[in-house]
Amino acid sequence: MFNRTAIAPLEYTRKLWMRSWVGLTMLFLYAPLIVLMIFSFNDSKRNVVWKGFTLKYYEKALNNDSLVEAMVNSLTIAFLATIISLVIGALAAVMLWRFRFPFKGLVEGTMSLPIIVPEICLGVAFLIFFAKVDWPTDLPWPLNLSAITIAHITFCFPFVAMVVRARLASFNKEEEEAAKDLGATEWQAFRDVLLPHIKPSLVAGALLAFTLSLDDFVITFFTSGPDTITFPVKVYSMVRFSVTPEVNAASTILIILTVALTFIALKYQGVKGISDAH
Amino acid sequence: MQDWKSQKKPFAAIATAPVFWLALFFIAPMTIVWLYSFGQNAGPADIDISGTLDNYKRATEWLYLSIFLKSLAVAALTTLICLIIGFPVAMAITFAAPKWRPWLLLGIMLPFWTNLLIRTYALMALMGTNGYMNKGLGELWDGASWLRTLVGMQPLDAWTPVQLLYNNFAVVLGLVYVHLPFMVLPLYSALDRLDKSLIEASLDLGAGHFKTFMKVVVPLAAPGIVAGVMITLIPALGAYLTPDLMGGTDSQMIANVIERQFKRANDWPFGAALSFLLIYAMFILIALQSMRANKVKEAR
Amino acid sequence: MSETKVPIIQIRNVSKRFGKVTAVDNVSLDIRAGEFFVLLGPSGCGKTTLLRMIAGFELPTEGQILIDGQDMSLVPPNKRPVNMVFQSYAVFPHMNVTDNVGYGLRIAGVSKGEIRDRVAEALELVKLGGFEDRMPDQMSGGQRQRVALARSLVMRPKVLLLDEPLSALDAKLRAQMQFELADLQDKVGITFVTVTHDQDEALSMASRVAVINKGEVAQLAPPSDLYEYPANRFVADFVGSVNIFEGTLTLDEPDKAAVDCPGLGKVYLNHGVTGPHGANVWIALRPEKIYLHVPGEGKAVRAAAQDAPDGHNLARGTIKGMSYLGDVTLYDIQLEGGQIIRVSRPNLSRHDQDDFTWDDKVSMHWRADSPVVLLS
Repeated sequence: MFNRTAIAPLEYTRKLWMRSWVGLTMLFLYAPLIVLMIFSFNDSKRNVVWKGFTLKYYEKALNNDSLVEAMVNSLTIAFLATIISLVIGALAAVMLWRFRFPFKGLVEGTMSLPIIVPEICLGVAFLIFFAKVDWPTDLPWPLNLSAITIAHITFCFPFVAMVVRARLASFNKEEEEAAKDLGATEWQAFRDVLLPHIKPSLVAGALLAFTLSLDDFVITFFTSGPDTITFPVKVYSMVRFSVTPEVNAASTILIILTVALTFIALKYQGVKGISDAH
Repeated sequence: MQDWKSQKKPFAAIATAPVFWLALFFIAPMTIVWLYSFGQNAGPADIDISGTLDNYKRATEWLYLSIFLKSLAVAALTTLICLIIGFPVAMAITFAAPKWRPWLLLGIMLPFWTNLLIRTYALMALMGTNGYMNKGLGELWDGASWLRTLVGMQPLDAWTPVQLLYNNFAVVLGLVYVHLPFMVLPLYSALDRLDKSLIEASLDLGAGHFKTFMKVVVPLAAPGIVAGVMITLIPALGAYLTPDLMGGTDSQMIANVIERQFKRANDWPFGAALSFLLIYAMFILIALQSMRANKVKEAR
Repeated sequence: MSETKVPIIQIRNVSKRFGKVTAVDNVSLDIRAGEFFVLLGPSGCGKTTLLRMIAGFELPTEGQILIDGQDMSLVPPNKRPVNMVFQSYAVFPHMNVTDNVGYGLRIAGVSKGEIRDRVAEALELVKLGGFEDRMPDQMSGGQRQRVALARSLVMRPKVLLLDEPLSALDAKLRAQMQFELADLQDKVGITFVTVTHDQDEALSMASRVAVINKGEVAQLAPPSDLYEYPANRFVADFVGSVNIFEGTLTLDEPDKAAVDCPGLGKVYLNHGVTGPHGANVWIALRPEKIYLHVPGEGKAVRAAAQDAPDGHNLARGTIKGMSYLGDVTLYDIQLEGGQIIRVSRPNLSRHDQDDFTWDDKVSMHWRADSPVVLLS
């Protein structure tokens, strides 16, 4: 590459081989996705030769009732799971940060288990659990999504707790005491001082929970039934049986949704927030 | 930190929901699975928890043990490849100019945020017999062939598309594709915390870049490496979707076997036993890692 | 000045234990209205714990704290008539200056108009007029401290508590704030209770100081008494520098006394030793109270004889160390017995520091009212 200034010894990123390596990695990561998105506009049943630009597969996808239903279901689950995970996760974080109590180590350890245990085991556990307790299977929408939502909340809220806890660690306790010193009650101090401090982590946690839920396949696969189809499960069956650009179109929609969400969060956090958060 | 007894009401208000949820929707299901692993099928819909160890015995037969070991091997290979690819990327992000850093991080993380299924499917589309990868390889082949004619040698035989999918190669590639971002993040975290003046000191004392890398950077980034390895190895070990979609009949991993017990074979107790064996394997891995971490602490 | 009414803060036999550790051990003291009261002591001595008990963030394990006659045992911090300025200032980062200063008033339900006026008044008082819309991260440490001060003062508390107010400031700012705080207290007239480990701060700002050592009050006195009449070795050593020698009483009368200190010599005092005491005591002698003379000319003997019997209040030694500080020179002098005594000599003329140098032999004397007898 053409350098205007000599490369300092520690400026590894400016070295050619480093840039090539990163470039190739990025290519590796993004090429499949980009090709997929491009071919969603391909006017051909098969996915390999470019025949012409068309939007007809988007039309097909949006008109595919079961696909749309699956999409709506997934979004609903993600939305509900996010809200509840946020509350439970934030409460868990505050509980661990603020209080000493018997068996605290045990509780803390148990709370990180849903993250560690392999998804397949969690999926199996929920399948067995809901079968054993005879969870009702003919509830109206959206209650029929309750089993899946409960499963999602269970593996999402520890992540939220982790994110919020990290932020709580940097809280200056004297601020809370100052609020109380000025007359605030326990609740007022929490609302006026602690909550604003953890707000960024709540946003990050919500985003994390939403993505984890929307993204999940295995656990959803095990907890959904014939009348509670979710998006990943639907796409899975489409991929297994009939691969058409419709799948590409549906996937592209989801990708765009994810990217949009990410950028909204970025706008809110500031781009710096990403590197700071680590 | 306050003692819970000094503020019983706030504590109750805060602690009830998480603890209750954990107990009801995590501990209870896991306990039932554990109990089932000691049971057997007693009729089309009933499971009799008889305290039998048959399921565990069956799980240790060579048929299943070999799949276990193979899964471990595949996961280890995936982790190794992710580490090799990911470390320079993490270094590049660490040493990039501050204004580019968040964008590079975003670039690496964005694929992670797209649906696993979509990512796998996208990769598969490229790897099919008519996919772009095969096309690309075909071009390279033809190019090599043409070069040979230039030199006066016989051209190569016509290119036949290589079977890239539905085999172990595909599974490993797929797993690497999915887990790479996971590896980069802890590596970046550890490298970021590294005191850069240590690298400068090493260079100042005469060591070349590679030596510095091996003797200074890697040892100090070790905790990050271990974290990255754990974050990649454990999920890879329990992977279901990638081997299911991209693997062939002999590329089954342990998660696929477990799934079969529930969706097809209807042998829930056996599936429960397999699940718990997988969990125990994970715990052993984690225990090994924390033992190693404690040894390092003692050595200091 | 305080009349003979109830002290504004009464600490009665207060102890605080954290598990096996006793942070505050049976402390009793009274703080009068309008005072600038300072709790002085080394880190970990319990002074901050005591302050936090007054504020209500810790509860005494034993004993009572009364504020303006009311027992505070059951009163939570948000209901006490005191306000605190925290060591980290604890300015709310997400609110601007106006919102910070007005926070307590908002909680109390004061009307918007009154809040506006009182906030403006408080900001004027701490010289932050014009900073109303600033955010804390746009301000320096010293400015944030003023915000914290204004935030507490606007509540018009009966007592203002300050936790190490000057420790985070640089030397110049510290000197400036010492004046400003004393000035502020004077203007506002409320009682200030401050915690510090810096004896200069304590001496310059306080009307009375309680020196705390290992959870107990070592001495409670105005600054000059602390310095000139320390009650024990801890206070003598903690406040200013001092030379301490062990000795036995050879003369013990109500209006005069003499102590024989091995290594130093005979010390004569023109006042008696108060309080119950035995024969074993210590003598404390401040460095600036010792005079240096060139030996051999009888100067020291003559000077000492002016107010002490023969052979008393004299010593000889060799200069082993010297520090020129500009306004004074410090000498470390080795006595015949081997101990080191420190002498501080003002440089009254431009070449006074040349009078003595290393390895010079010197004789010393001091006045009969200079030594202090310490009983513990």
